[in-house]
Amino acid sequence: MTEYTKSELMVASAAREIHDDDAVFVGIGVPTLACGLAKQLHAPNLTMIYESGTIDTTFDELPLSIGDPELAGGSRSIVSLYDVFCKYLQAGRIDVGFLGGAQIDRYGNINSTVIGDYDDPTVRLPGSGGACEIASNANRTVIITPHEPRRLPESVDFATSPGHVTTDDEPTRSGSPEAIITDKAIMRFDESGDANVESIHPGVRPDEVQQATGWELSLDGVDETAEPKEKELDIIRNRLDPNRRYTG
Amino acid sequence: MRTAISKTIHDGDCLYLSGFTHLIPFAAGHEIIRQGFEDLTLARATPDLVYDRMIAAGCVKKVLFSWAGNPGVGSLHAFRRAVEDGVPNEIRTEEYTHSATAARLRAGAHGLPFLPVRTFEGSTLPEHNDTIRKIDNPYGDDRIYVVPPLEPDVSVVRAQRADREGNAHLWGITGEIPDAAYAADRVVLAVEELVDESVIASDPNRTRIPGHLVDYVVEEPYGAHPSYAQGYYNRDNEAYQAWENASATHERLLEWLDEWVYAVDDHTEYLEKLGVGRLQSLEPEATYTAPANVGAYTGGTTHD
Repeated sequence: MTEYTKSELMVASAAREIHDDDAVFVGIGVPTLACGLAKQLHAPNLTMIYESGTIDTTFDELPLSIGDPELAGGSRSIVSLYDVFCKYLQAGRIDVGFLGGAQIDRYGNINSTVIGDYDDPTVRLPGSGGACEIASNANRTVIITPHEPRRLPESVDFATSPGHVTTDDEPTRSGSPEAIITDKAIMRFDESGDANVESIHPGVRPDEVQQATGWELSLDGVDETAEPKEKELDIIRNRLDPNRRYTG
Repeated sequence: MRTAISKTIHDGDCLYLSGFTHLIPFAAGHEIIRQGFEDLTLARATPDLVYDRMIAAGCVKKVLFSWAGNPGVGSLHAFRRAVEDGVPNEIRTEEYTHSATAARLRAGAHGLPFLPVRTFEGSTLPEHNDTIRKIDNPYGDDRIYVVPPLEPDVSVVRAQRADREGNAHLWGITGEIPDAAYAADRVVLAVEELVDESVIASDPNRTRIPGHLVDYVVEEPYGAHPSYAQGYYNRDNEAYQAWENASATHERLLEWLDEWVYAVDDHTEYLEKLGVGRLQSLEPEATYTAPANVGAYTGGTTHD
C-alpha cells in the first residue's frame, strides 16, 4: 500500500460523505479538496456553493479564501451575501455543510467564538461567520477537526453552532451534525444525538483515541477506517493539491 | 478621497466599509486613520485587515461583526488585543452570524423594522446580544429569531467602474455592497475607473449601485489593495500572509502604520511605495463577457 498522510485520509473520508447530486456549502481546505475529489469520482453532479455567493463553482487553482477571484470566475451564478444564506441555506437547498472549530462536544456543538468567559475571554476566536446557519440549515453537517483533548472536550465553552439540541420551540431548525472526521477516527452521531466512534484510522490505537477525547467512548469492535485508494491519492496529489498546501 | 472622507464622516459615526473579500475599501480606511477620527463604530461581516488597522490606530470604540479573522491565514491580532487586553483601548463588540449581519443590512436597505433569520436556535450567541430577539410567527405556531435594521451613518462602497453621477457597474462577488449603499445615510463610492455615462447606460443590469444613492464619487485605482477587484487586480495573498507578522505586536503594527499610512500623503503615494512591479504581478489575464443584445430603442442607450 502506498504511504499517505493523515490529511489525505481525512480528505478521502470526507469525500465519501458526499453523494452524487448533493449541493455542498464548501469551506476552504479539506472540504474544498473533498468536494474536488468526490466530483471526479462518485459525485460528478455535485454542486459546490461558497458562502461568498458563488454558485456551482469550479476552480483550477486551490483558493486561499472563500471569496477568491478564481471562485467567481469559475462559477455559473453569483448571488449576494444575503441571498446565499437565505435562498440556499435557509430555504433548504444545501445537502451537506462542512464545519470545524476550536472545540466540539459529543453532541456536535461547535465553539468558534471564545475560550473562557465571553465578556473576558482567554482567547478571542473569529466567531461564527456562516457556521451557525450551516449547522442550523444544512441537511447533513460534517465536522472536520484534529483529534486532540482540547478540541474534543466534554462540553464547549460557548456553543457558536448548535449540535443535536432539543429545545421547546425549534421548528425552524432542520440541520444536524452527521459525522466528525478527525486525524485519528471517524465518529458518527446516533439517533440520540451522541457521537460514537465508527472507525479508527489504520495505525491508531483505541486508547490513543480515548485519551484524546473528553468523553467516554465505546471502542469495542469498531472498524478500521478505509485507507485512501491509489486513484484517490493520485487525484489529490496530481490534480487538487499539487503544492501540498493542505495534504503534505 | 480626502475630501469625501472629511465631508461625510464625523467622530462617533457608524461606518460600514463594504465588500465581502472582494473590493474592500482599504484606501478609504487608511485615509480615515490619517484624518484621526475617534469613537467610530465599525460594522462589517468580516472586519478583515482594514478594521484591524483602524482598531490599532485608536479610531474605534465598537465593532459589529460576524467573523473576525484573517481569511486563510489566522487571527486579526489588533482586534484580539483590543478585545482580550484593551490595547490600544477597550472596544465593545456586537456579534452576529453572517446571515444575521446580511439580514440587518437588508432590513436597513428595505426600510423594515426587522427581518427573520433561520439561525441561532441552540446557539449561545443570542445570550450575549440583546438585539437578537425571538418573536411569535404571526402565521403559525412557531417562533423565529429576528434582527433589527442596520443603518450606517456612512457606507464606503467600491465598484469597478462608474460614471460621474455614481452609477456603478459592479461584477464578481457582490457580497453586501449594494445593500450597504441602500442602507446608509451617506455613501462614498470609490471606483477603479470613471467612465463615460454611455458605458454605464449600455448595460443597466450591471449597475448595482445607482447614482442617486451616492454622495461622493472617487476615482481611486487599486484602492482595494490588498483585497482585489475582479478583472483589474488579484488578491495580494502575500500581503494577507505578511499581516500575521506585521501585526503580531502592537508596537510592530504601529511601525507598519507609520510606514504605510502616516508617512504617505495619500493613496497615490501608497501605490508608488508599493511599486509598479508588485501591481503588475497582481494583474489577471483579461477575459470578456459575451455581449448581450439589449435592442436599440429611442432615448435608450445613447446620450448626446
